Amino acid sequence: MKKFLIAAAVIILLTPVGLLAPGSAWGEWGLDEIKSMVGYVPSGMKHFSDTVKAIFPDYSIPGFDKNFLQSSIGYIFSAIVGIAIIALVFFVLSKIIGKSEEKNE
Amino acid sequence: MHIPDGYLSPATCAVMGAAMVPVLATATKKVNSTFDKKDIPTMAIGSAFAFTVMMFNVPIPGGTTAHAVGATLLAIALGPWGASISLTIALLIQSLFFGDGGILALGANSFNMAFLAPFAGYGVYVLLQKLKVGKVISSAVGAYIGINAAALATAIELGLQPVLFHAADGRALYFPYGLSQSIPAIMIAHLTVAGLVEAVITGLVVYYLMRAGEGNILYKFSYRLRGESK
Repeated sequence: MKKFLIAAAVIILLTPVGLLAPGSAWGEWGLDEIKSMVGYVPSGMKHFSDTVKAIFPDYSIPGFDKNFLQSSIGYIFSAIVGIAIIALVFFVLSKIIGKSEEKNE
Repeated sequence: MHIPDGYLSPATCAVMGAAMVPVLATATKKVNSTFDKKDIPTMAIGSAFAFTVMMFNVPIPGGTTAHAVGATLLAIALGPWGASISLTIALLIQSLFFGDGGILALGANSFNMAFLAPFAGYGVYVLLQKLKVGKVISSAVGAYIGINAAALATAIELGLQPVLFHAADGRALYFPYGLSQSIPAIMIAHLTVAGLVEAVITGLVVYYLMRAGEGNILYKFSYRLRGESK
């Protein structure tokens, strides 16, 4: 258990490595990028983008992403928050799905 | 590979969402009949693993990025149905809280990464083992095929948008680039870098899980690898 937790912590602390890759994924641009690439913002795209405003957009703490250190902290924080929410979701799911262990008799 | 909102027409989102309904219904049924309640935490660990792996962006020559998914690994450890639920939850949390992938596009993103990827990867894994290929190599090749199946589906869904949905003046309403641009751009990124990363991660973890002893918290993940039914 201890080894598992240490491994998990190391993976989470290493996530900022993912921030080092330059650029964004192809086909995951913001509206500004689209405009500069295509020359216009497709009307439907404008209409449906940002249907929901994320609390931690792009795994960052809003306003706390001025440098790599801040972004890294935001990224690690996001990983922890994300994993905590996932744990919570599955805790609730475990009440609903899966066979209950049947006691004998 | 996370399609943002506004990139797909509402009709496309509806079709992809509708396609995921029977998948998730069947997955829930399968998990209900094969998982004990005490095994649900292994699904949570799988989901958390996929969530975290997707944060590791890797650079692609040409100035873009991509990432592994862990879909085939989850399919091998949890079974493909359990994996589809774990991956869908990870994608749901990513879109709701972190703006990674759209809410309206969740059906499409789930179809690609939580259905196609684990099932294609698992299928190849099972097939290769029938051909007497070892588990580690089978899992790595399966993972490579799985993530690329998802990438191809993503590229097709995006590339069809300007063909199907455009204004009278020819301007795209949603995603503006057609198949001739989306398929090469997305597939080169995943056939080269991201696919290899997915294959290596999967092979390494499977190698490790096969050696996990009973005292290891991940032992529960590995009974399938040892060929035990439970």
